[in-house]
Amino acid sequence: MTRKQKRLAVIGGGVAFLVAAVLLVMFAFSQSIAYFYVPGDLAKASVPPGTRIRLGGLVEDGTVKRGEGSTVTFTVTDTLSTVPVTYTGILPDLFREGQGVVAEGTFGTDGLFIADTVLAKHDETYMPKDVADRLKAQGVELSGKETIK
Amino acid sequence: MIIELGHYALILALATVIIQSVLPLIGTIRNDRALMAVAPAAAFAGFLLVLFSFSVLTFAYVVSDFSVANVWENSHSLKPMIYKISGVWGNHEGSMLLWLLILVFFSALVASFGANLPERLRANVLAVQGLISTAFALFILLTSNPFIRLSPAPAEGQDLNPVLQDIGLAIHPPLLYLGYVGFSVCFSFAIAALIDGRIDAAWARWVRPWALTAWSFLTAGIAMGSYWAYYELGWGGWWFWDPVENASFIPWLAGTALLHSALVMEKREALKIWTVLLAILTFSMSLLGTFLVRSGVLTSVHAFATDPTRGVFILAILIFFIGGALSLFAFRAATLKAGGLFAPISREGALVLNNLILTTAAATVLTGTLYPLVLEALTGEKISVGPPFFNLTFGLLMLPLLLAVPFGPLLAWKRGDILAAGQRLFAAAAIGLAVAAAVMYSYRGGPVLAYFGIAIGFYMIAGAVTDLWLRAGIGKVAGNVAFRRFVGLPGSAFGTALAHIGIGVTVIGIVAVTAFETEHVVEMKPGMQVEAGGFTLTFDGMRRGQGPNYSEESGHFTVARAGAVVTDIWSSKRFYTARRMPTTEAGIRTFWFSQLYVSLGDAMADGGIVVRVWWKPMILCIWIGTLIMMAGGAVSLFDRRLRVGAPQKARKVKAALEAAE
Repeated sequence: MTRKQKRLAVIGGGVAFLVAAVLLVMFAFSQSIAYFYVPGDLAKASVPPGTRIRLGGLVEDGTVKRGEGSTVTFTVTDTLSTVPVTYTGILPDLFREGQGVVAEGTFGTDGLFIADTVLAKHDETYMPKDVADRLKAQGVELSGKETIK
Repeated sequence: MIIELGHYALILALATVIIQSVLPLIGTIRNDRALMAVAPAAAFAGFLLVLFSFSVLTFAYVVSDFSVANVWENSHSLKPMIYKISGVWGNHEGSMLLWLLILVFFSALVASFGANLPERLRANVLAVQGLISTAFALFILLTSNPFIRLSPAPAEGQDLNPVLQDIGLAIHPPLLYLGYVGFSVCFSFAIAALIDGRIDAAWARWVRPWALTAWSFLTAGIAMGSYWAYYELGWGGWWFWDPVENASFIPWLAGTALLHSALVMEKREALKIWTVLLAILTFSMSLLGTFLVRSGVLTSVHAFATDPTRGVFILAILIFFIGGALSLFAFRAATLKAGGLFAPISREGALVLNNLILTTAAATVLTGTLYPLVLEALTGEKISVGPPFFNLTFGLLMLPLLLAVPFGPLLAWKRGDILAAGQRLFAAAAIGLAVAAAVMYSYRGGPVLAYFGIAIGFYMIAGAVTDLWLRAGIGKVAGNVAFRRFVGLPGSAFGTALAHIGIGVTVIGIVAVTAFETEHVVEMKPGMQVEAGGFTLTFDGMRRGQGPNYSEESGHFTVARAGAVVTDIWSSKRFYTARRMPTTEAGIRTFWFSQLYVSLGDAMADGGIVVRVWWKPMILCIWIGTLIMMAGGAVSLFDRRLRVGAPQKARKVKAALEAAE
């Protein structure tokens, strides 16, 4: 190979690597992005079972029930609609009734949301930003303590 | 009064760093040596002033002066002293002041270690440092002033976020900032070189120690943050691909690439333009990280407070420095002459591959981190990009790099022989496979890929040792000669080997804990037992306790193996009274490199409690590996060639300059 050909081969190899990386990123995006919903969105358009989403809202008062072992069920609400959620594991320290929460997981065929991750932030005045924005957009009044700074 | 002095010192510091950025630049344009000589003096003065200002704020925390709004918001008189001090940077204003302190500290270091630098270069470097310091001093004074007073002074403070009341806060941010901000020196060197339009191998020799220092601290900072999250959050995870973690990881990847490309430039005068660009990009990523963490666009434990003016201000700093640097680069890069040629298969070629993969990986992580933000800004759609994305893309991209790492040091400069290198690594590959087979035999089960990962880890360790082995000529020359040659190897050879061994060790830890960890979530009543990692844990009951500013409930577990009691574990839940906030204090016991991790959940109505027990095999390897990498960085830093070589070169340049005048 001449030097020019060699150089072309090296550049070609580098470009091929970059193209492969871009394709990989696009593939990974198509596989692993989770869209964010509040219960009101789900009342309008349903999400097929098995699709991974993030569900945000408030934990409805009086709905947290301990099942067998460490399974917990509760209802996430945006005060207009509600979605029942089940979760197995230890809830975050700040998980409380009436507080903001984000659950990540999939819907089962029976309309029950099966969460594998439940997030609540390290601050008692915290409501996930996503939740606050959406709730505001839906015209839900947030009492002082629940709004974010 | 003393508070106002601290505030005043900060304003004086701003004036000083403005002088530091303007006068030396004029000096280099007019070739005025007196103006250029202002730079080091201004850098020292700026450092002392910010240090005084920072000390005043620390003093306010130590004496719990709640008339200072910042202290009132983030401290409490009952808090232990160590957390009062670390609380100084456990909030937005204080942490930005620490950022500035470290920035001017690096300027002062450049001024004191830069005596051997050519005059013009030193003046320009310090001027750029001064410009960055000016931006951040302005930012603090205008949007994040920690010295604002409250009148009347409240009697008691609001306490620090309990999650931050940990020794981790004392160590993690300073280390991380030393890394983040350390790359500012490389950035300033790059800009200074572009201003002058001249660059040579000596430039790389001056930049590399700074890059090494910053890289070592950043490695330590990230590792410390990871371990802190692991034991403090009680979730048992050590890396979450959280945007804030990514914000520190992207500069690390770019900085690692910079270390390697500067090596090529120093030894072979090649990759000049690329190295300069990388120096700019690495610090740009540090700035971007600061923006992401401090602007409040992300909600996370790191985003202390959200104030839109701050975000806009940091964004302006970001655009000014990154945009300015890249424009300067676009104008001037063509004037930098390209250097030595090399064949694709060579040490240089291997380092180019390293750079290609590391920068692509950095770009991938950046894409995954920014995509949700950009999408929300453009369409209002909210999505989350989680660990599956990063594991898939980053993992696959890293794989060829891990396999290639041991080849690099075995290839010759200019033109290497890949077959010969492969033959030499045959033993290393065999060791890797043999260890993996042994683990497979004793463990039985688990994913095949995991054994492949373990094989790679051991192959990397053995490969790094192979390089030292061959260089010393062990087995080829007499034992005492080999020993003398081994001891006489340059520091950078040991540094390289250690850093590469460290990656191998970390890979082993990551693979082992990902594939073989076990997790049990059970509801337990006193007397009940749970099995984990070959141990039997017996729950003995709960006990109430009282700390200085919290109350806690602790569960006691007896740990037994094969019927014999080995140790015990306390795991607790705390409730911090001032902030009315609960935290989980996981109980952790270490067995060699593996850990038993117990965290408590909610108490049940019938007297039981939910307990989460993990067995984390080899998890400590993750952080031990990073410690070895850091040691590698430190050993390279003390390579005598970096110390002896630089002044010689400088004297020559200086002499040449003087002759030219």
